[in-house]
Amino acid sequence: MIVVEHLTKRFGRVTAVDDLSFQVRPGLVTGFLGPNGAGKSTTMRMILGLDRPTAGRITVNGRRFVDQAAPLHEIGSLLEARAVHPGRSARNHLLALAATTGVPTRRVDEVLDIVGLTSVARQRAGAFSLGMGQRLGIAGALLADPEVVMLDEPANGLDPEGIVWIRELLQGLAREGRTVFVSSHLISEMALTAEHLVIVGRGRLIADLPVSELTGTSDRVTVRSPRAGDLAALLIDRGITVTSVSTDQLEVTGLPVEEIGRRAFDGGIMLHTLTPHSISLEQAFIDLTHDSVQYAPTEVSTRTVAA
Amino acid sequence: MSSILSDELAAVDAPGPADGPAPRPSVLALTFRGILRAEWIKLRTVRSTRMTCFAALVAVIGLGALAAAVSAGDITAPEGPRHAGGFGSATDPTAISLSGVLLAQLIVAVIGVLAVTNEYGTGMIRAYFAAVPTRLPLLWAKAIVVAVVVTAGSLIAAVVAFLVGQSVLGSGVDLGDPGVVRAVLGAALYLGVISVLGVAVGALLRHTAGSVAVLFATLLIIPQLLVAILPGDWSTAITPYLPSNAGSALMTVSGSDTLLAPAAGAAVLAGWVGLLLVGAAWRMRTTDA
Repeated sequence: MIVVEHLTKRFGRVTAVDDLSFQVRPGLVTGFLGPNGAGKSTTMRMILGLDRPTAGRITVNGRRFVDQAAPLHEIGSLLEARAVHPGRSARNHLLALAATTGVPTRRVDEVLDIVGLTSVARQRAGAFSLGMGQRLGIAGALLADPEVVMLDEPANGLDPEGIVWIRELLQGLAREGRTVFVSSHLISEMALTAEHLVIVGRGRLIADLPVSELTGTSDRVTVRSPRAGDLAALLIDRGITVTSVSTDQLEVTGLPVEEIGRRAFDGGIMLHTLTPHSISLEQAFIDLTHDSVQYAPTEVSTRTVAA
Repeated sequence: MSSILSDELAAVDAPGPADGPAPRPSVLALTFRGILRAEWIKLRTVRSTRMTCFAALVAVIGLGALAAAVSAGDITAPEGPRHAGGFGSATDPTAISLSGVLLAQLIVAVIGVLAVTNEYGTGMIRAYFAAVPTRLPLLWAKAIVVAVVVTAGSLIAAVVAFLVGQSVLGSGVDLGDPGVVRAVLGAALYLGVISVLGVAVGALLRHTAGSVAVLFATLLIIPQLLVAILPGDWSTAITPYLPSNAGSALMTVSGSDTLLAPAAGAAVLAGWVGLLLVGAAWRMRTTDA
């Protein structure tokens, strides 16, 4: 369980995180989503005590991070892939990290096995690919059997097979009752991995909701019928808009498809098309974060180029 | 097939038997002993440590033997002319045989620097700060491990250099002579202290090249420069307190008017390293990683 309350971080005049509050609950994968520069990494660094918050409070499993008896056992994290001395072997890297907290050697070999690096465990980490470095970082996060697993962009550098692997790993950790908190700037990946989303933009909380709510269909429905005009009369009501697109086509908002179908049936009106418009995840994410994208190209500049 | 959950670790976390609702404490705990072990593993598992330690050994023994060979037959009375600053009195057979320390100090300083700056360079330091959120135990453990390794290695090198040097010189001086054991131990201790100085400067600057440059200047250039540019009495007042000259005081048997007494030299060295370690600790504790 991670509890973040009114967290603010300023770097000089730049406010990277702005009065952010959210909770990450055990037993499910929570995605931490936002455009680049939204303050995701800074927030994660503050959770680990690497950056000092300008204001606000964070607890991990009920305690401040510095007060933990075995920090690695409370929260296993991966912030930077390849944060490894290039000349040291993967196994020695993990053995040293394990030693701080009394994690036995057997567990080091176990996590190497979990991430699939056993065969290269004694090779210099400097020769690892980005994906292998990412796996080594994940091994380090799992080392002390932590309650909370927090990974910053873990899918970076992984091949498609690796992405499926990390997704299953994270969901497995959540099923074991752990708190899993994973950042990404890719909504499509998060939608497959996470059950809950914390969405930030420009350091502020934009949304804190189950994935199912974000990916729910919009309430716009396209209806085609030879008697579109008669149907429109049956549908119009308070809170419902019906737009006539052409002589046989309507756009309806405010009514579920089932209800439109029932009214048409009751009125004896034949339908040719009844299509709910599911809003794409990317569109939902873009709509949510549109105002908070820091490095968006402006229309003005495109026009200048075109002219 | 291994599960994500570690059976062994999880078992220890499980609630205790029968009589208590309180869960048994986990075997996993952050301890200073554990941090020391981690630093020892890190130090011995990179090739640069083995190479620099070997280089330091060669420097102490090889240069000592070379200096002895150059000076052989050139030993004059203890009242002879002295070097101003720098290492070793030209007429002190013990100091001559230990003159390899002049080069070795730079090598051991680099060992200390790399123990810190390597981790800042790769970002590994942040993984360790996440494991040790209070941070400072990491600095102390690094200083202790580096100091112990360098001092122990230097002691062997210094004893060998002394024995080889005296036999080349044919001086008749041996380890039983007054002040000799202190000088040989002093050489080892000095190198240990300089390696800790490297740790401190590395933690202050967080950058390998910058730290090495600062140490090179402090240990080799500034002592010579001050002698060259300051009026004579200013120079004699100031230069004995530089780290390198305070170290010289430790490893010279015959003493010198340009050097402090051995005990005072040790105190001055301790002061330097203490000051820099406090600065390093303050920076490590207060700066965002």
